[in-house]
Amino acid sequence: MAFQVSTIKYSGKINVTPLGAQKIELGGQAAFPFYDFEGSLPHKTKLALQIWDIDPGEGYSAPLAEAYKGALGDPGTWAKKAVEYGADIVCLCLKSTDPNDQNAGAAEAVAATQKVLDAVDVPVIVFGVDNKDKDIETLSAICEKFAGKNLIVGPITDKNYKQIGAQALAYGHTVIARSPIDVNLAKQLNILLMDLGIKADKILIDPNTGGLGYGMEYCYSVMERLQAAALLQADDKLQQPIINMLGEEIWKTKEANQKTEDVPTLGDQVSRGVLMEVTEAVSLLFAGTSLLVMSHPESLKIVRSFIDKETDGGDLKDEGFIKVPITPIA
Amino acid sequence: MALTGIQIFKLLPGTNCKKCGSPTCLAFAMNLASGKAELEKCPDVSDESREKLSAASAPPIRPVTVGYGDTAFKVGGETVQYRHEKTFFNPTAIGGLIEDTLSPGDIAAKVKRWQALQYNRVGLNLRPELAIVKGGANLAAAAKAVVDNSDLSVILYSEDAGALKAATEALAGKNPLIGPATVANYKDVAAVAVAAKVPVWLKAKDLDEVAVLTKGLNEAGVKDLVIDTGARTPKKVVQDSVALRRAALVAQNRDYGYGTITFPNEITDSLALQVAVAASLVAKYAGIVVLSDLDGAVVFPLLLQRLNIFTDPQRPMTQTEGIYPINDPDENSPVLVTTNFSLTYFIVSGEVEASRVPSWLLIKDSEGLSVLTAWAAGKFSGDDVGQFILKRSGIVDKIKHKSVIIPGYAAAISGDMEEELPGWKVAIGPREAAHLTKFLKEFKVE
Ligand code: SF4
Repeated sequence: MAFQVSTIKYSGKINVTPLGAQKIELGGQAAFPFYDFEGSLPHKTKLALQIWDIDPGEGYSAPLAEAYKGALGDPGTWAKKAVEYGADIVCLCLKSTDPNDQNAGAAEAVAATQKVLDAVDVPVIVFGVDNKDKDIETLSAICEKFAGKNLIVGPITDKNYKQIGAQALAYGHTVIARSPIDVNLAKQLNILLMDLGIKADKILIDPNTGGLGYGMEYCYSVMERLQAAALLQADDKLQQPIINMLGEEIWKTKEANQKTEDVPTLGDQVSRGVLMEVTEAVSLLFAGTSLLVMSHPESLKIVRSFIDKETDGGDLKDEGFIKVPITPIA
Repeated sequence: MALTGIQIFKLLPGTNCKKCGSPTCLAFAMNLASGKAELEKCPDVSDESREKLSAASAPPIRPVTVGYGDTAFKVGGETVQYRHEKTFFNPTAIGGLIEDTLSPGDIAAKVKRWQALQYNRVGLNLRPELAIVKGGANLAAAAKAVVDNSDLSVILYSEDAGALKAATEALAGKNPLIGPATVANYKDVAAVAVAAKVPVWLKAKDLDEVAVLTKGLNEAGVKDLVIDTGARTPKKVVQDSVALRRAALVAQNRDYGYGTITFPNEITDSLALQVAVAASLVAKYAGIVVLSDLDGAVVFPLLLQRLNIFTDPQRPMTQTEGIYPINDPDENSPVLVTTNFSLTYFIVSGEVEASRVPSWLLIKDSEGLSVLTAWAAGKFSGDDVGQFILKRSGIVDKIKHKSVIIPGYAAAISGDMEEELPGWKVAIGPREAAHLTKFLKEFKVE
């Protein structure tokens, strides 16, 4: 008798969630990631690149500064570059508004968003600084100013969901609901948002992604459990697509920023950072992500190619990806 | 197939003699069924029953030990599909390919370089553990060059049973995994393996053939097996891996109850893409992944991923209690104290290091809880932390000042700490480690 794979019956599916005025669709999964032998997976995971509203300056990772040379400091130019590099979506991070740093206000945040929207024709995520009051100030203004554009705004937490949620609802945007690596808290926040009147297909779950080697496993398992709740138990309070802000987690680690000559055992710095980002991205793909927000364009290219072959089948060919130099060790 | 308590009971003597420590045979049977007892405890069970029971109680995926010394590892032995259901036990082994056409000198240089790829993290040594030696005519010499110049364990890769025999003999005591056993050569490979008592990997053309080979090899006397399903595309190799895990755990089909070896290096030439494929296989159940070469940029990301995926979700990783000097501190350097949750330690020590401010980081045992949970659970109380600083940590001998910085999330303990530490200044640090640089740069000890 020929081998038969044991299959699972799924009773639920992830909401199809249109992003941007362009209505790029996320979600729709009716099976665990890549398990197309037992359920339909209509949309591949989308890949976003993260850009800043200001020049990141000295603290920024050298490999990223190199990749975006000439674009740093102007969000419009940077956004264009991200799209040229193949991003489906641009994620504008409102770094200038950090109260611990420049503490820019709503007017600057609106202006930066305007530049990005003028420059590119892909859906745009506008991401605050995870500061309750500051994000209320900037994201509320952005929701109002760009009414009907279906921006994706976040992070929204249980501390500021009322204010930002109400604005997003009033002006037709999608929200990113961030909860701290916990299935029940994710569900609770979704319920609060839906009680406000936000439609189930206007919410993304942000499980608060941990970095590779820095707590990724917590997020990984929470995502697997979210998927199980959504697909096996058909819990309609958890059927939102998952977004992972992973690029930033990778590039802020010590190891991504150590120079090749300082630690030859860690190999070439650029390749190392790119492959750390790829490795976490692939892990999160299998944990059930629908949208990865990445930083390095080379990581995005590799992950895109992987997703295509993992979905469509066929051979994985070298399309001119980064050549990892072998670093000699004295 | 796992037996129920009642099925097991029918195979026991039924005398209720209590020698096993259980009050009745039935109670003992129930304990056996739930994994709380071992069959050895009953001295009177018949040989026939013993055989039936041990066959039924064997793990659904057979654990197989490969290699020797520090780099020995297990393949198989897994019991779940998702790590949150219990844990994944045996981390995917990572290896690089050595062709036997390389000169012994080149092999020596390569494996010495691979051997240096070791990283210390949370008290664990992360490293790739394997060389896969492939070829025919020079297999034995190449394998010898690997073990003479490194402590890497070895997988032999040749369809020529004669070459495998010579190389296995050259690796006496090193417990190499040998193969591939195929439908064409499996009897000869089995003979080599039985004589040398080493495990075998088999290469099938599809999942049907896997069962043909595992049965054949079992009959030929080889029980310790590792499966290569023959898949060489990223999609097929993952789907086969999932199919095998489910066949073993869900369908409980013994013919598929083995760990796997996978070859990202035969799926793509690009080392960067091999990492992507290997990452998918670390997540999805591979026992071994083979890359075309090893380098820090390639193995370090995979080692971190493997550490994360194979960490026991029920047991948080901890950092040893004690003093951690960062950036060469002296007697006037600030002192920070936090909990022993490994992630807390990592993030805080990383930020302190990045600040370049010489500092003493004190890690206090808080049963592996993060700051907020430790504080809430009373494992990071003012008395306790105060006592630790004054009496247990030994920091007072290293500094001239009396200042300590506590995490922002534990601000509430500062009053109790000051009572415990008369004359000290307890400063409240930021809640998020990301703000430590700014804080430390402005902080003055008193
Ligand atoms: S030792 Fe064996 S025979 Fe005696 S009570 Fe226990 S199970 Fe029954």
